[in-house]
Amino acid sequence: MARLAMLIDESQCTACRGCQVACKQWNDREGWLYSRTRNRGTYENPPDLSPQTWTRIRFTEYEGPDGFRWLFLKEGCMHCGDPACVAVCPTGALKQQPNGLVTFEEELCNGCGYCSQFCPFHIPRLETDPVTGKGKSSKCVFCQDRVTNGLLPACVKTCPAKALDFGDRDEMIAKGQERVEALKAQGFSRANLYGVDQVGGLGRLYVLVEPPEAYGLPANPQYPALANFWQKVLQPLGNVAFGAAILGIIGAFFITRRKIRMEEVR
Amino acid sequence: MTNHWVDLKNADYILIIGSNCAENHPASMTWIHKAQQERGAKLIVVDPRFTRTASQADIYAQIRPGTDIAFFGGMIKYILDNELYHKDYVVHYTNAATLINPDYKGPDELDGLFSGYDPEKRRYDRSTWSYQTDADGKPLRDETLQDPHCVFQIMKRHYARYDLDTVSGVTGIPKDLLEKIYRTYAESGQPGKAGTILYAMGQTQHTVGSQNVRILAMVQLLLGNIGIPGGGVNALRGESNVQGSTDMGVLAHVLPGYLPVPTVADPDLRTYIGNKTKPGGAWSGGYWANGPKFLISLLKAWWGPSVVEREDFAYDYLPKVDSAANHYWIALFEAIYAGTIKGLWIMGQNPAVGGPNARFEREALKKLDWMVVQEIFDTETTSFWRAPGEDPSQIQTEVFVLPAADAMEKAGSIVTSGRLIQWRDKVAEAPGEALPDHQILNLIALRLKQLYAEGGVFPDPILYLNWDYGEELDIEKVAREINGYALKDVKDAQGNVLAKAGATLSTFAHLQADGSTACGAWIYTGYFSLQPDGFGNMLPAAKRRNSVHDPGGWGNYPYWGWAWPANRRIVYNRCSADPDGKPWSEDRKYIWWDEAQKKWVGYDVPDFVVTRAPMDPGGRDPFIMRTDGKGGLFAAMNEGPLPEHYEPVESPVQNVFSSQQINPVVKVWKTDEGKDIGDNWGTPDQYPIIATTYRLVEHWQAGGMSRWLDWLVEAQPEMFVEMSQELAAEKGIKSGDKVKVRSARGEIEAIAIVTARIKPLQVNGKTLHTVGMPWHWGWKGLTYDVGATDLVQSSANFLTPHVGDGNTMIPEYKAFLVDVEKA
Repeated sequence: MARLAMLIDESQCTACRGCQVACKQWNDREGWLYSRTRNRGTYENPPDLSPQTWTRIRFTEYEGPDGFRWLFLKEGCMHCGDPACVAVCPTGALKQQPNGLVTFEEELCNGCGYCSQFCPFHIPRLETDPVTGKGKSSKCVFCQDRVTNGLLPACVKTCPAKALDFGDRDEMIAKGQERVEALKAQGFSRANLYGVDQVGGLGRLYVLVEPPEAYGLPANPQYPALANFWQKVLQPLGNVAFGAAILGIIGAFFITRRKIRMEEVR
Repeated sequence: MTNHWVDLKNADYILIIGSNCAENHPASMTWIHKAQQERGAKLIVVDPRFTRTASQADIYAQIRPGTDIAFFGGMIKYILDNELYHKDYVVHYTNAATLINPDYKGPDELDGLFSGYDPEKRRYDRSTWSYQTDADGKPLRDETLQDPHCVFQIMKRHYARYDLDTVSGVTGIPKDLLEKIYRTYAESGQPGKAGTILYAMGQTQHTVGSQNVRILAMVQLLLGNIGIPGGGVNALRGESNVQGSTDMGVLAHVLPGYLPVPTVADPDLRTYIGNKTKPGGAWSGGYWANGPKFLISLLKAWWGPSVVEREDFAYDYLPKVDSAANHYWIALFEAIYAGTIKGLWIMGQNPAVGGPNARFEREALKKLDWMVVQEIFDTETTSFWRAPGEDPSQIQTEVFVLPAADAMEKAGSIVTSGRLIQWRDKVAEAPGEALPDHQILNLIALRLKQLYAEGGVFPDPILYLNWDYGEELDIEKVAREINGYALKDVKDAQGNVLAKAGATLSTFAHLQADGSTACGAWIYTGYFSLQPDGFGNMLPAAKRRNSVHDPGGWGNYPYWGWAWPANRRIVYNRCSADPDGKPWSEDRKYIWWDEAQKKWVGYDVPDFVVTRAPMDPGGRDPFIMRTDGKGGLFAAMNEGPLPEHYEPVESPVQNVFSSQQINPVVKVWKTDEGKDIGDNWGTPDQYPIIATTYRLVEHWQAGGMSRWLDWLVEAQPEMFVEMSQELAAEKGIKSGDKVKVRSARGEIEAIAIVTARIKPLQVNGKTLHTVGMPWHWGWKGLTYDVGATDLVQSSANFLTPHVGDGNTMIPEYKAFLVDVEKA
């Protein structure tokens, strides 16, 4: 199955945040009554991604070689080609689908937080249920329910500036490259397409007019070496340890029972 | 808009001034981006702040609030000096060649005033602003543009003072940037190129707001940008259906369809029509000569079927105003404050937050005997009597709140800025007892009819009012009445039946002055008649949804909805052809004269007598609503026939163009001057900082709707004030600090956003600071409900002055003086 991707043309984004709100609406995410945001001296809010905020706009006032720019970045899960989060997820809540979507099943999440620690972009966030005290992760799933039924992701559908596109990844790359060339011809000499090769190729491709760092993106995100070690060594070891623990408990039971019986005999 | 939203894609140059459309009209960006990407259009944004719209611009300039006339005056001078105007267009389609009364004198000779000023009345006698005419009353013209009395030469002299240095000094825009903008935008004056100007309340909400709009229209005339695809004078209206409400006459000075409201000088129908049709009157020529047909059809719609045939068509039932100017917003609130008006009925407005000098307006509400509010949420206005700091026991106003349905909870039409009327179905039930506003009014009207049947003062206008929409109002019946229908067979001069008795009319050309037609708003005639939808069906025109058929590829989609007038998508479109009727350039072919068919043809409904050939009398007069058929470079408004720069009522500097500091015709109130709440004006020694107000994409108007919406409040939770890093450093303020903003009218609290998007301005050698504030907040909404913010005195309009434009009285929300300090 061909891999799907989202193309985000940040040169066209007007930061209207229609995507941010449409995402919450479609995916039933909480708003102010939950997050209780305050104005912190910026337009940017909520202050960070969270299990209730899968996408949001980051605002950066940037003084560059061509003068002042107000840069906008639509943050969210990158749907990496090599998703470290999937590798480290002990419960299978995170999966990579054949169409490239990195999906998440809330019921399976045990709140361990490994996905958050190992993500090269630090995208999935954890929150703690105030009642049960149980942790949960959550993140953008590219509106799996919509795209597998022939609809566009909610954010793409709503974007009035036509900054968002979604479809076959090769096609999105071609469009992105074409757009970068057009921007260069217009004088945006540092225009670039972000996400083609990073971390196995990202499912979220960005057309940028300044270097990635100007937007707060890592220039060279790396697949965390420890993630493989984790998956191949530590997790099996953990399973061994877990099995040993169970054996220990059973053993202890029999030993204790034997002791009790011994007492009875006495 | 003379053009429409989709048409923005056809522009080669886009100048956005006094509009932040990426935030307030986000869908505009679809088409602006299309123009940028597909045509390589250049986008210029001029605004007091670097906005989200500015983030998309090729060229951005920060302008001092209230100096738009200086900015455009400089552009006119640049265009004239460098001969960058569209010569054929200017000579043939505008009044540039028309000769003006030799007694006319302008501000260049009279220190900022025009001839005819009466300082006592603060009004002009316009007699010296007239055209020179021949014996038949035809205006005299010199198409060589050399006569010293022709408009072209008068304009040249008038704007000679608006040189780059002076304009740069006034606006704060550096000279080289100013010249770059002028040079770039003036390129749209080449035949075959199109430039559009988008504006909104940033142009209108000034004491010179109307002239701000007029001067940008003059620039468009000089560059030949009106009546062509990708051009136009494009007002981006402030609310989704405000175009519809102004069309319906929800203004003090007009009836539906922009018919002048009757005044005490028009006591009967004959006098009204006489006054409007006499030389110089509003209906003295052009298409407005049909005005009597439109007015009489309106009277027939309102009272026709119920009254015996009367010579005056029940004209005497219409209220006659002393002066419309006494019934605009500010004047109304002055009258409420003075105790002249005792009762107030509000539908979906929140003056306690949105009104200028809002403390004054809140105080005025306390003086009412009663107030009725139709609303979808509890607002600062419905609850003004229990605002923080108020003692409800001391307020006697009786308040009735009628819960109303939201726009999605009722069917009806919505009219876009582009005059496009689209019918919408109801998509949800209103909660509880909430009713659509039209049903609330229906119940009131039916009850009034019952009550007046028992007697009352002058009951006839209510008793005989034609009101047959049913107990539960049928909105389609209202739509049909607005559209118009025939009461008798309508025949042409040859006796052919154009419309049978009872038929829904398809065009305003069928309206009659003899009482045989009824029509609620002539400009809408046809919008609800059955029309083809391009797929083989006949539908009420406003319900059509054909997004396929697009003749010429201009984005008109004539079978999608219906645009007034006559489903015409670009008005004045005769201008898209040259004087001989040929397209200015082949790739911009739009409307042209077809010699074989002997008529105007093209991709839109021609805005012209369709069989009038270019060489016929009047064949080169494309502005058909005007008596002389020419675009009015020189045209009378209250403060003069040519826009002249005056400072806002509160300004930190002296006017350098003349000793006339402020617009000489603005109406000045001084109610309770000097008191804590009153019509107070500040001076720069106490209030040295320029302030401006605006809206955000995340909120809606006075916030009554959006401050209850969880996801929007999360994105913009609290009142803020934006300021430059330099001003913040001077005042010891950091981003996120709570600050106080003070004007002569009041004080508010807000969170500081310190930003590089506003810079200090260099104005005539002085360094001036600007701060900007949204006006969405008050003391109600989610954040206030749970006590999550202490910013309860946070309405930006506590600070704005109670003064309005010289023509429309729109408040000066966009330029005033404040001081700022850390709280």
